Amino acid sequence: MAAERKPKEVPDLRTSARREQRLESIAGYWSDAGGAEFDRLVYERIRLGIMSVLAVNESLSFSELRDLLQTSDGNLSVHARKLEAAGYVACRKHFEGRVPKTEFRLTGKGRQALERYLNHMEALIQVTRG
Amino acid sequence: MTGQPLRTPSREPIGLQDRAFENLSFIRRTMESSASMTSVPGWGGVLMGLTALLTAALASRAQGGASWLLIWMAGGGVAFAVGMGSLIRKARASGVQLSRGVGRKFLSALSPPLAAAAVLTGVLYRGDLLDAVAGTWLLLYGTAVLAAGAFSIRIVPAMGLCFMVLGAAAFLTPPAWADAVLALGFGGFHIGFGWVIARRHGG
Repeated sequence: MAAERKPKEVPDLRTSARREQRLESIAGYWSDAGGAEFDRLVYERIRLGIMSVLAVNESLSFSELRDLLQTSDGNLSVHARKLEAAGYVACRKHFEGRVPKTEFRLTGKGRQALERYLNHMEALIQVTRG
Repeated sequence: MTGQPLRTPSREPIGLQDRAFENLSFIRRTMESSASMTSVPGWGGVLMGLTALLTAALASRAQGGASWLLIWMAGGGVAFAVGMGSLIRKARASGVQLSRGVGRKFLSALSPPLAAAAVLTGVLYRGDLLDAVAGTWLLLYGTAVLAAGAFSIRIVPAMGLCFMVLGAAAFLTPPAWADAVLALGFGGFHIGFGWVIARRHGG
């Protein structure tokens, strides 16, 4: 009995064009200075955590942020300063009575960068899935 | 020489895909654990407050403890339905799922003290201790709101605390003041805090 022949797979041109587009956008993200800078900064989990937490909260105090991320004061201030220097996070210092308070919020640039990063991650998954 | 390809196509992308998956799930987890439940209905609270004021007016004319309790329980049922309905409506409008994430935590914290209040109401009625009902309801409702408020905007736990303080004070007031105390709590606090939530947090 002759073995059943499988039909030869014909590549779907639309799918391969979409894949091509996604690959271009992925390559574009890394070659773009903004994308590469953000990728390098959020490689550190605490920084990605700060960005994620601030994306769903209008503003958070230093202690709230520290408790949510379960990190130390020193660690948080080092990483928050790096994000502030890059312009992704804004920091406001003020007094509540006699107690000094530090409040953090995401800047427009930070929100945009996080959105681009999320899109980039999704594109990466879709492309590698094939 | 063998015909093996120099590069296997699967090797490189797997690392990238894993990292992307890991990062996305980390972001999702972090966002879910830190997000505030902002779907607390302000206007729904105002409506609950108006229901309580109407209930207090009716209950003040009740003849006997059993009918007084029945009126307040019916009023509470209506207020609960109004509150839940407006909570679901606001959550839907703002894209918050009450069955998962912060919405689920909010409801999980809210429910146990309310269930305890329901059980204790039966116990107090059977023990002929209706004088303690107002304080018990306000105290346990405050506990529920304070606990759920840990996952919500800052004004919600503040409201819970006010209910708890009023509930504790209610145990010290004469039993004849029960309707006034309940009207102040379930009526006044709901209207006052509901108004502020509605104005500041989108309805």
